Amino acid sequence: MVKINGESFDIAGKTLAEYLASTEYNPMRIAVERNGEIVPKAKYGETVLQEDDVIEVVNFVGGG
Amino acid sequence: MCCIPSKEDMQRALEARHGKDLQQKFTNSTVAICGLGGLGSNIAVSLARAGIGKLILVDFDKVDISNLHRQQYKADQIGRFKTEALAENLREIAPYIQVETHAVRMTEENFEALLSEADLICEAFDGAETKAMLVNGVLEKLHTKYLIAASGMAGLGSANSIQTRRITNRFYLCGDGISDVADDIGLVAPRVMLCAAHQAHMVLRILSGNFEP
Repeated sequence: MVKINGESFDIAGKTLAEYLASTEYNPMRIAVERNGEIVPKAKYGETVLQEDDVIEVVNFVGGG
Repeated sequence: MCCIPSKEDMQRALEARHGKDLQQKFTNSTVAICGLGGLGSNIAVSLARAGIGKLILVDFDKVDISNLHRQQYKADQIGRFKTEALAENLREIAPYIQVETHAVRMTEENFEALLSEADLICEAFDGAETKAMLVNGVLEKLHTKYLIAASGMAGLGSANSIQTRRITNRFYLCGDGISDVADDIGLVAPRVMLCAAHQAHMVLRILSGNFEP
């Protein structure tokens, strides 16, 4: 299982880009942390999610 | 400014509050503030009062009448660059602070140069996409710096839902994560100041060696 924002998903083997495409996230408004490290935006397509990965998608909203 | 205290007296007063060692850390630090609206202007005031030695202020915008309900500007500063107006206000509070100003729009092309001297960076932009651009850029390219960003502080939601979270070793995120400025009544001073206070406070905690929110 892959844990994303605290929820478990059975998606090991998929790429991060594939996961994100299945969600409502706007790719221009997020940063993705995987096991404590930021995932460079250019590497979403080649980042294959592994069993036991812990991912946090930080979704920015406007205001400041 | 006829009767302001000497630099030595100001420093002594800060040391009496914070202790000499901690105050030295604050004085020797450079903090960049990216965006000088409700978050950035309030972060700057807190850090100037705490005796941070140098602030790098970045914002392309000018003070507008619609800013005065939540940002640290005055009515007679409308129309001036926020960088200039804020630097002036900070020097009234902390006359010996070093302030470096950049009245430019921050982009993927220029952020590294603008932030190269900063020890810690506060993301205080308004737009979600600009926030994400800066956060991704700093975390991908400026590995030695601490980044304190903010997301979700609009509206009249509970003050108690504003929090600081540590996302990675060097990346902290303040706010409630969801209150978008586009949704409700926009930003109100106390709630945006709360979020700014979370960011400024995390800066001081990191400098004091406390890395947990």
